[in-house]
Amino acid sequence: MRITVNVNGDDHTREVEPRHLLVRFLRDDLELTGTHWGCDTSNCGTCVVLMDGEPVKSCTVLAVMAAGHQIRTVEDLADGDQLDPVQQGFIEQHGLQCGFCTPGMMLTGRALLDRNPDPSEQEIREAISGQLCRCTGYLNIVKSIQWAARNRAEGDGVAETAGSRT
Amino acid sequence: MQVPASFDYQRAESVDEALELLRRYGEEARVVAGGHSLLPMMKLRLAAPEVLVDINDLHELDHIALVGDELRVGALTRHRTLLESELVGRYFPIVHDAEKVIADPPVRNRGTIGGSLCQADPSEDLSAVCGALHASAVIRGAGGERIVSMADFHQGPYETAVGVGEMLTEVRLPVLPGAGSAYEKVERKAGDWAVAAAGVALTLREGRIADAGVGLAAVGAGALNLHAVQTLLNGSEPSEALYEEASRVASDSCSPVTDGRGSAEYKRHLAGELTRRALRRAVARAGRPIGATAREA
Repeated sequence: MRITVNVNGDDHTREVEPRHLLVRFLRDDLELTGTHWGCDTSNCGTCVVLMDGEPVKSCTVLAVMAAGHQIRTVEDLADGDQLDPVQQGFIEQHGLQCGFCTPGMMLTGRALLDRNPDPSEQEIREAISGQLCRCTGYLNIVKSIQWAARNRAEGDGVAETAGSRT
Repeated sequence: MQVPASFDYQRAESVDEALELLRRYGEEARVVAGGHSLLPMMKLRLAAPEVLVDINDLHELDHIALVGDELRVGALTRHRTLLESELVGRYFPIVHDAEKVIADPPVRNRGTIGGSLCQADPSEDLSAVCGALHASAVIRGAGGERIVSMADFHQGPYETAVGVGEMLTEVRLPVLPGAGSAYEKVERKAGDWAVAAAGVALTLREGRIADAGVGLAAVGAGALNLHAVQTLLNGSEPSEALYEEASRVASDSCSPVTDGRGSAEYKRHLAGELTRRALRRAVARAGRPIGATAREA
């Protein structure tokens, strides 16, 4: 069937089988291979993308179910050469080694900070608890997201809530 | 790569349209909402519906409202919405206890209460919670609505009272004065299915337990609503001796099997011990003013 999915701000129309998974649609049809594909059983979380702003495991969402919705992938985090603070945080705090879980981790970090610009360590750990990392022991991922919270980009839409921090 | 077998996909724009599609395709159709139980089963060919009816656009089924002495929860309400609902936490701390340990945040962003109950997996947490709460289910079909108790809703593993051409539209939780509730779960790792879990709901009237509900998960079919323990509790004064007896009866009333998550003997032990712990917390919460439990750590 013919579907139109908005991915990273652009509408993409394709002919797909209903059983086609969102992760395959992104990787194979749109060639957005930044979204990784791991366990295929909604356990590992490496395939996390944002659907209408919230993290979902794209191996357990049908592409047809994403039609009419906004999908955001890791390719959309940077604005040209300007990295998202979450991406910069992963560099500054060594938030990755092999990099396999990184796209999903960064998107979850971004979604968390969009809702809660100043999360506690526990809130960060809870937010990433559906995603596995075999390299870092999670410590540096938590530090990376904390770094991003401390170093918000100008005009990233959270400035108005910054005043509530004491 | 795991891919489901081929099927047709229909996206319903109203409950009536969904019911019409379910009638038209009959036994071969399944409702999909979050899809986090159904799609994994379809990948493994444990389910192979010919038609999926997507109800994600039916926002009328995504609601939480206090109506009279019931909390009405739409079938499409996501786990995350339940967990973030102050109203749910105030009246039914057992639901928040359970939601905190159901899968993980991305899964909770998609999964729904209706999907959890309709999957009717004996290991599923909300089924035990709704059993303990003596919830009722609103099932809609061509002939209108019917309301069934949780005891009648769950007819066995993966079987519910929802018939061909029908769908679950709402879950109703009775709000009782002086109520307390709690859920205790042991899992191998964060986000896993339970090794065993126990939910308890009750009220305290003049120092005695009433309206007791006890539901166990992952210890075999038929434990979602343990009449023997409920009968023991109702009319009794809370005490450690009573909890000990309830623990023993719960342990004797279930039928766990040995699998990768633990031996039947261990699960039977957990069924008793977790019933005891949930009882203690439910009684403690019942003694507090409404809302106090929401501030618990």
